[in-house]
Amino acid sequence: MLKYDSIRELTREAENRQVKISELVLADQSQVMEQTPESLVDQMRESFRVMQEAVITGQKKDQRSMSGLTGGEGFLMKDYAERTGGGLCGSFLTRAISRAMSVAGCNASMGRIVAAPTAGSCGILPGCLVSLYEDRQYPEQDIVMSMFTAGAFGMVIAANSSIAGAQGGCQAECGSASGMAAAALTELMGGTPSQCGDACAIAIVNQLGLVCDPVAGLVEIPCIKRNVSGLMIAFSSADLALAGVAPRIPVDECIDAMREVGNALPASLRETAGGGLATTPTGLRLREQVFGK
Amino acid sequence: MNIFDIIGPVMIGPSSSHTAGAVRIGRVANKLMDGQTPASVEIILSGSFAQTYRGHGTDRALLAGIMGYHSYAEEIRDALDIATRRGIRYEFIKKDIPGAHPNTARIHYRLEDGSEGTVQGASIGGGNIRVDLVNGMKVDFSGDSNTLLVMHRDRPGVIASVTNLMRWEYAELNISNFHLSRTERGGDAIMTIEIDTLPPDTLVDDIRKLPNVTNALLIRRL
Repeated sequence: MLKYDSIRELTREAENRQVKISELVLADQSQVMEQTPESLVDQMRESFRVMQEAVITGQKKDQRSMSGLTGGEGFLMKDYAERTGGGLCGSFLTRAISRAMSVAGCNASMGRIVAAPTAGSCGILPGCLVSLYEDRQYPEQDIVMSMFTAGAFGMVIAANSSIAGAQGGCQAECGSASGMAAAALTELMGGTPSQCGDACAIAIVNQLGLVCDPVAGLVEIPCIKRNVSGLMIAFSSADLALAGVAPRIPVDECIDAMREVGNALPASLRETAGGGLATTPTGLRLREQVFGK
Repeated sequence: MNIFDIIGPVMIGPSSSHTAGAVRIGRVANKLMDGQTPASVEIILSGSFAQTYRGHGTDRALLAGIMGYHSYAEEIRDALDIATRRGIRYEFIKKDIPGAHPNTARIHYRLEDGSEGTVQGASIGGGNIRVDLVNGMKVDFSGDSNTLLVMHRDRPGVIASVTNLMRWEYAELNISNFHLSRTERGGDAIMTIEIDTLPPDTLVDDIRKLPNVTNALLIRRL
């Protein structure tokens, strides 16, 4: 059985057995959870379908959050992508950005989502995976399998650092989601297990120190847009790893650094709405708008 | 921890602590009512729950749980209307409960027949909860395991009669946690028994027949 106490354990085991990380993890989880691999894949496929539905729900023009502070971002970006033939980033990425924001918007409007690893960071993995499925025609089975790789990376991060904004800041939520997505994308693109680890490392490095400072304490501002940066970093990190641009700090050390940085963050920047954007004049005004004085 | 703790849960947003966890606290009340629809509920919101419940839909989430919905049910969004349609009178009261976890709710319900009960629980992060009070008595369980609540009179031998029944009639059951609380010597008492596996339905009925047991409930893994 796997211990999930380092990424190195996962990549080395997978390379020794000449299997993908997802295959290794599926076999292990099937044993641990005393369920057949097929039933776990079915459950994961169900989660992927929830992600696809969340994209559709959140992409509606009239999507509004419960507080009224945000809404319609996914639609605007999709519309822009279509109008301009892909804006600056190109059709594939602008559409992916729209999907990530749509899922985060679906969450803010009390729609159904898959926490991956959290509700606040729930747009990153679907933004990446639904885009590969719909715009690059990757088989659903491969996408669903890659979610086991993403999940295994998240388990290691949760064990050695944190996936909670209240503990480690946004780096622990969107940073972890981005690292998980980067690993999944790398596997889907045919990368080796250690390249999956490299991609995760690069993604974490790029979000180290990111604080959790939600306006009015709500999972909206800046969370929805941070799902976009998490998605962009996941794509670029996967591409870097696949190109052979290795991180100079190994992934497990990056995760340790994330924990250390998280511990060093003051409480005001760990989901308490006590600092950062939350206490800017506009942040405070928006809070008053929702909750009164 | 398993893979679906990370890729999951499937839930209604926006917050695992303020929405999904709140549904789970409500579900404990639903189990206490044995799934019946209450005539009225009064819900005290304390700490962060009191300050931000509207933006997180915590009020809808609690009511949805009280009505038996899961944290992934789309009905959560419309839970206030659904409760009204079912004839449930509800009231939310913002009030600090001294010493309570920042995300705490206390649910007081009344059934048609006049019987009533209370649950107090805290949402402690990631959708996980801790139930602190049931009918005024201290308990301590998370709902992550199958939990048996046995309400009884504080008399010698009642605990033994319950555990002996489990030992001899339900030998496959293993207790992972046990907690006892009482109002006063000889008064009302409650056992909280967490069990590794799901017990057969007959267990609750058998426990209810034991002397000095006033009621027994099984709260399945939430």
